[in-house]
Amino acid sequence: MNTVLKVRTKDDELLNSLLEAIYHKYGYDFRQYSEAHIKRRIMNRMVLSGLEDLEHMQELVLKSETFASTLLQDLSITVTEMFRDPAFYKSLRENVIPVLKTYPFIKIWHAGCSSGEEAYSMSIIMQEEGLSDRTTIYATDFNQQVLNRAKEGIFSQKVIKDYAVNYKLSGGKEDISNYYTADNDNVIMNQSLKKKIVWANHNLVTDSVFAEVNLILCRNVLIYFDRTLQNKVQSLFHKSLMKGGILCLGSKESLRFTEYHEKYSILDEKQRIFKKKY
Amino acid sequence: MRYEAIVIGVSSGGLNAMKTIFSFLPEKFSIPIIIVQHVSPLSENLWIDLLNKKSLFEIKEADEKEKIESGKVYIAPSNYHLMIERDKTFSLTIDEKVNYARPSIDVLFESAADAYLNKLIGVVLTGSNNDGAKGLKRIKESGGLTIVQDPDTAESSFMPSSAISASIPDFILPLKEIITLLIEIDIENKLPA
Repeated sequence: MNTVLKVRTKDDELLNSLLEAIYHKYGYDFRQYSEAHIKRRIMNRMVLSGLEDLEHMQELVLKSETFASTLLQDLSITVTEMFRDPAFYKSLRENVIPVLKTYPFIKIWHAGCSSGEEAYSMSIIMQEEGLSDRTTIYATDFNQQVLNRAKEGIFSQKVIKDYAVNYKLSGGKEDISNYYTADNDNVIMNQSLKKKIVWANHNLVTDSVFAEVNLILCRNVLIYFDRTLQNKVQSLFHKSLMKGGILCLGSKESLRFTEYHEKYSILDEKQRIFKKKY
Repeated sequence: MRYEAIVIGVSSGGLNAMKTIFSFLPEKFSIPIIIVQHVSPLSENLWIDLLNKKSLFEIKEADEKEKIESGKVYIAPSNYHLMIERDKTFSLTIDEKVNYARPSIDVLFESAADAYLNKLIGVVLTGSNNDGAKGLKRIKESGGLTIVQDPDTAESSFMPSSAISASIPDFILPLKEIITLLIEIDIENKLPA
């Protein structure tokens, strides 16, 4: 028991020191992320790269930018799909689109967009609703590598089948294949969808407001942050939204425990859609 | 207190197993129970309502950052991994599937072992993949108590068998005897040290 405890305490110190090192050398701040999550990711990398312990990992991360970049990929959340949580997109069509239709110009911020699947989903919806011409979607992430992929808009044929199911469940009116060109293994999203999206590198933890928008989508990003950091990001969102603007969170995320709870009214409780009060 | 939490991993055949558990556990059972049951990603976890009807105490989906309290049962939401932080609160993630599963039993068990060390009980029940085997091993290595359903009595024996071959558990028992054991542990747990 005592050895276990000792090892654990030492590991925790090393983990903190590693996160400090990454922040000071590279500017990426994971110090307020869920500890259990970060620990799992880092331990996985240690095994994959055949490293002896966290001290060796810290040495390597400071010495090698290539390894630092690998670790950055490990620590960034890149799991996503088109029309993830179809019930959410259905509610978006029913409850959010009518509000957006009242604006002459529509600015949407997709924060933490990863490889872009959900930004393309949004672009599809805006096209179907006839709003494309007045829409700009800012899709941001701190991970430049996934942003580059997102920009290309190339997805594997294998996953498209699942996306087609999601799309239908979300109330999709067309055939999803209308929105891409396919070859044997991959599909490439239509230019008409792409040109509505502005891809930009933005870090929710360390960067500030960059635009005033009508709608913010940030789904399943905040679950990775501790309460203090959640509050900080909520403040950023609140400042970035126009009055009456809409905030969409992940299905297990809420405003309940943040200081911003009172500053929004609820459009759809279950799908976590909120409207900034006037 | 000797034990502060029980983590349970269960897959195919799980609903029946859990119905049994919750019809036998007494109202005053106090060690918090945290469960990963493999379900479809689009599942609304309606079976939680079903279990609640069977049970004398509250069974709920774990919320992110929620503090783990005694006398409560928490179930991992579908399509999220459930983890436990060292301050005994929950974290949810949408990370890649582990052992083809999200929620994954290993992910819960490994984080729980780090959070509770030797004050944890890990239980692997019926199921048809090898999720949970690595996690149960970690619980054992951290000094926790490990229990596996006797594969011969499980609706699906693969998951219990995998857990047993990964590390010898402290107990291999049929489901009802596991329940009896947990009730005894809970009573002992409440006695002054």
